[in-house]
Amino acid sequence: MPKNSEKELISLKEEINSMWKLVLSQVQKCKQAYLTGNVVLAHEVVVREKSVNSFELSIDIGSENYIALFTPVAMDLRWIISMIKISATLERIADFADGIARHVIEDNSDLVPESVKDDLKIEAMFDAVISMLSDSYVALETENTKISGKILQKDDIVDKLYQDGRRYLAEYIQKEPAKGSSILNTFLTLRKIERIGDHCCNIVEEIVFYIDAKVLKHSKAKNKISRLETESEVGTQE
Amino acid sequence: MDIIEAKNIDFYYSDFHALKNVSLGIAKNSVTAFIGPSGCGKSTFLRLLNRMNDLIPDTKLAGKCLVNGEDIYAKGVDVDTLRKKIGMVFQKPNPFPKTIFENIAYGLRVNRMGNKEFIRNRVEESLKAAALWDEVKDKMNRSAYDLSGGQQQRLCIARALAVKPDILLMDEPASALDPISTAKIEDLIFDLKTQYTIVIVTHNMQQAARVSDSTGFFMLGELIEFSDTKKMFLNPAKEQTQNYITGRFG
Repeated sequence: MPKNSEKELISLKEEINSMWKLVLSQVQKCKQAYLTGNVVLAHEVVVREKSVNSFELSIDIGSENYIALFTPVAMDLRWIISMIKISATLERIADFADGIARHVIEDNSDLVPESVKDDLKIEAMFDAVISMLSDSYVALETENTKISGKILQKDDIVDKLYQDGRRYLAEYIQKEPAKGSSILNTFLTLRKIERIGDHCCNIVEEIVFYIDAKVLKHSKAKNKISRLETESEVGTQE
Repeated sequence: MDIIEAKNIDFYYSDFHALKNVSLGIAKNSVTAFIGPSGCGKSTFLRLLNRMNDLIPDTKLAGKCLVNGEDIYAKGVDVDTLRKKIGMVFQKPNPFPKTIFENIAYGLRVNRMGNKEFIRNRVEESLKAAALWDEVKDKMNRSAYDLSGGQQQRLCIARALAVKPDILLMDEPASALDPISTAKIEDLIFDLKTQYTIVIVTHNMQQAARVSDSTGFFMLGELIEFSDTKKMFLNPAKEQTQNYITGRFG
């Protein structure tokens, strides 16, 4: 690769890595803020959301320049397309983290007992999406799609927890209608974590598109995982 | 201050008005590319910068062309000294029918620059700067014609660098080369701009986009647009530029 285009690519890569780390830390902090009711930490998440937005804008500009100046093809083209989509997805994930942090700041969620949060397994949901986000970062860094199937499988766990939690809250709100507003906010938090999981899957799809030139999006989860596993086995045989 | 300043340049080949009121400034240690369709005046403008057009009969120039603040067309300017400061590389590699060593040493000898050891060191330094040293260091006494086209072109760049110019003019330096040799020349341009000011004419718009900091678009003798390369290829100010770089021209 010519030196000047390589220089641009390295600089874009560094920005995406920095954005990824920031978004990961935003999700970790909003988890902490939510589980402990730490309003100061929640404020920190809200304030740092602007930095995430700046990263997205900067990556957009860098990507536009890279395409305009270096007319990338093949894996360079797939890389830049993936990165544009990944940075937009990371920004959406950070929006959800910001949304959860705002619930902590504005909400009277203390009306919802801790035991409900435990029953909903919100911490486990948070942990699952955090590991999805960090594992997908590793997949991109190491250009290894073999762990992609495992990341996608974690989303099934998140979806299951979300569905269980939704049912639980539907019953709970009937029992405690006076706490309706807090219960609704708890549901919205649950929903946001579930959406973070979905976005992590989108990121994995983009990584697979970049590395293996395969389009996984819009196919069913089972099919995605089996396609990845088949590839992984072929890779092992080789 | 810009190292090159062109002010209201008009140039004629006999009755043909080849350049029309061209003004621009080129920053030191930058790469500037000129693009445009054939016959638009980009090479004519490039050749004005080291007075190569002086060799063509029945030409006329109006306007001012300053290099380091000095009018290069002023009376008393020594053209040989000027061309030492402003080297040129052409479309087709044109090594001398001499050895690789002599190709570089020749300019130094003609300009009476230093003794044998000085020349030997400068030859090595120039070949290294042109990213050719590793490929030729063991065959310095072989004919330059034994080299590949890409190597010959880098030899010509080394030859231009040997006399320590401030500015390097390149007229389609990679158009006769294969993609690998082209990439080497482009890498070289990228490396050289830390020490030299480079002005390049190219038909290849992607090459202009890849290597340059500023780009000038010429059409029918006019400088339609001159701007930062990123701006030119992302959001050009003029519709004519947009049409040309998107292939809608004509």
